Amino acid sequence: MQQTISFQVNGKPVSVATDGERPLLDVLREELHLTGTKYGCGEGECGACTVLMGDDAIHSCITTVGDVADAEITTIEGLAAGDELHAVQQAFLDKQAMQCGYCVPGQILTAVALLRAKPQATRAEIIEGMTGNICRCCSYTKILAAVEQVANQS
Amino acid sequence: MTKSTEHDGPWEVERYELRAAPVHHFTANRREFVQVIGAGLAVVVSIDVAHGQRGGRRGGGGDAKLSQRFQLDPDGTVTVFTSKVEVGQGSRTQLTQAAAEELRLPLDKIQLVMADTQLCPDDGGTAGSRTTPATVPSVRRGAAALREFLAEQAAERLGIAQENLTIAEGVYSDSASGKRLTLAELIGEEGFAAKLSEAPATGEISKHSDWKVLGKSANKTAGREVVTGQHKYPSDIQLPGMQYGKVLNPPSFKAKLVSVDLAPAEAMEGVIVVRDGDFVGCVAASSWQARHALEAIAATAKWEEKPQISSDELFEHLKKTAALSGSGWGRPQVKEWGDFKGIGAIFRESHNVKHLEVAYTIPYIQHAPMEPRAAVAQWEEGKVTVWAGTQQPGRVVGELRQVFRLNEDQVRVIVPDTGGGFGGKHSGEVAIEAARLAKAAGNPVSLRWTREEEFTWAYFRPAGLIEVKASVSGDDLISWFFTNYNSGGSAIDTPYEIPNGQTRFLPTDSPLRQGSYRALASTANTFARESAMDEMAEKVGVGPLEFRLNHLKTGRLKNVLIAATEKFHWKDVPSTQAYDNRGIGLACGTEKGSFVAACVEVEVIDNQIKVLNVTQAFDCGAIQNPDNLRSQVEGCIVMGLGGALTEEIKFQNGKVTNASFSQYGVPRLADVPELDIVLVDRPDLSSVGAGETPIIALAPAIANAVYDAIGVRLRSLPLRIT
Repeated sequence: MQQTISFQVNGKPVSVATDGERPLLDVLREELHLTGTKYGCGEGECGACTVLMGDDAIHSCITTVGDVADAEITTIEGLAAGDELHAVQQAFLDKQAMQCGYCVPGQILTAVALLRAKPQATRAEIIEGMTGNICRCCSYTKILAAVEQVANQS
Repeated sequence: MTKSTEHDGPWEVERYELRAAPVHHFTANRREFVQVIGAGLAVVVSIDVAHGQRGGRRGGGGDAKLSQRFQLDPDGTVTVFTSKVEVGQGSRTQLTQAAAEELRLPLDKIQLVMADTQLCPDDGGTAGSRTTPATVPSVRRGAAALREFLAEQAAERLGIAQENLTIAEGVYSDSASGKRLTLAELIGEEGFAAKLSEAPATGEISKHSDWKVLGKSANKTAGREVVTGQHKYPSDIQLPGMQYGKVLNPPSFKAKLVSVDLAPAEAMEGVIVVRDGDFVGCVAASSWQARHALEAIAATAKWEEKPQISSDELFEHLKKTAALSGSGWGRPQVKEWGDFKGIGAIFRESHNVKHLEVAYTIPYIQHAPMEPRAAVAQWEEGKVTVWAGTQQPGRVVGELRQVFRLNEDQVRVIVPDTGGGFGGKHSGEVAIEAARLAKAAGNPVSLRWTREEEFTWAYFRPAGLIEVKASVSGDDLISWFFTNYNSGGSAIDTPYEIPNGQTRFLPTDSPLRQGSYRALASTANTFARESAMDEMAEKVGVGPLEFRLNHLKTGRLKNVLIAATEKFHWKDVPSTQAYDNRGIGLACGTEKGSFVAACVEVEVIDNQIKVLNVTQAFDCGAIQNPDNLRSQVEGCIVMGLGGALTEEIKFQNGKVTNASFSQYGVPRLADVPELDIVLVDRPDLSSVGAGETPIIALAPAIANAVYDAIGVRLRSLPLRIT
């Protein structure tokens, strides 16, 4: 059903006239042209579409745009402060935690939410928190090293 | 004796590199057809013909002209053009390093334009680990020629002898006179372009001992764009006026469309419905709307489905349909040596001879790259441009020309850096679908397959049945009889010295559409051979390492086996014949000129196999980028865990029954064992690819470790204790 849904994306208010049942992922990519958030599976199993709602990581492929009315959404495009990368983005660069890089935005946002909840997360907590994000290039040891770098700085 | 494994290529191109044909055939417009033929282009005959016209230089049959390979910009940037694609394996960074090395320029002064068929010389598709042994040297020879040409020009301009010229960071100078000239100044000179077009295409590349850029780790050139979400993958391309498409797929393989009512979608505002023969699709302003329009049509579709082979009867079917003779791609490969005809007699002989007769099976698996197939197509004045995720831009041009009956100059394919390939994106289905929809819509159309579509309609790694008969006399293997049904002939040769034998690859009637996958059939053949080696070693009471070393010549494979086992402290770990649920296993192999050996430790609890640690040694010649090499080797090991332990396409009557990540388990962070990687650098040898071979030793090493742990011999992938 067509409706107008207002929410915040990366600190800016947006209003979208669309079907409230439409996946948030599609609205971000096709209406707001924020293509950093990726489609991976459509069932919340791979984490490629992860964005933040407030401080929580959510799967935007199984969250409808109606579900985020009035919420604050952060995508990968809104994480850096100007030219200054977020610590997790910087850590992924430092550790070269990427091969094709397609899963990286979702990995980074999952890690940001994890570290907001547990700034000094242990290795076991990081593994548990990040195991929902698939990387088919299997850069897992470097992804783990990147998240640990930030946890150890806290 | 078996063939030496010390070869440095050329190795045979695996037949499955070309197997999967396009799935769509549009109705012919008779006049177009005749015109195309009349122009002398038999593009409708077969893809291979069309492809051959573009891909003749594949694998390095001569270097591109400097003017095709390079563009020099006034700011001193050199742009390199290549048809290779970046799918995560690191080719963009590696080719940047290659050009920087020979041009004596910093990495940030090199840009790469990859895989644009209108702009780039044809270096072939991205397959068979050919970028490192073929394209890197070609780019280096061109860059060296460019460097020599520029030095000549600079010396002339500065009025000095060339031997007095110093080149550093894009500045040419003469230390005696202090004169200097920047690259930007040099190329700004009048008549420069004309001189460049006459320059020789090939120069002398620097020796390994002089390497300044190659041989060192370099960060990914697009890393910052990746972590900020700015990097554009094929599914991220957005053009003005672009719409979204969705295509109707049959409910099962080989199902034929009987009837469909397009009216429910046509009634929807803003929806364009396309029907061309069996091809049915919808285009709309959003993918949500396109999906709903298509679902409305799909609900009315009637199909004629065909009974088909299911996964539980697969291996019987493969054996029953094996081709013992044939031609072309369907040709069996047979190699025989020694007294192979006497193998039957050797096998029947019981005096002092022990025998093994076993079969191993490998299921179909899916590449499941994170980015499913995606393309954006745009038609302008009868010409089509397609941005597509594919490893074979040249071949996709051929497919588009074939189905739309176009001339070469009417098709342009551009491959943005793509979200994973692993050998799975050699075909152009999605490019054809997007192009057909865009043609009807009159607007650019973006099409991205769903995960379920990718799991179902992308081609699969071939399933295989492998039969091994081997005999051992005393401690020595005396005969080796190895038959691979369906999965392929890669790495089918045994590297072990065995006096009599036969290896056969027999094609079959594969029930599923199959094609390339990282390392092709090497994984299957190495799994069977290395498992059988352990089984034979046990029969004669010799340890797995000693048994292999006894049958290997001195050389690179033996070296990596020793390197891996020493790092793992193999000899210090007691083999746990007590079956205490923990065990160790090893395996080794070679493919495409590189060599790998793996040692693993597993733990089996409640019939679940957990890989605790992996030590792997790998030799691919001179190392060009150690950090990227490590990523590729680790990536292969962890990806290989999936094929070894969980991944298997299940299908029934033409339907994949586990077409999702929730049903088809791939390795995750929590599954990653401790990894200990030994990179064997060989500065004295040329470099070969590293994205495939490091995957092949893992499954047999795990199977051997499981046997060591619990005394159960598993001969089917994925390895499962039932």
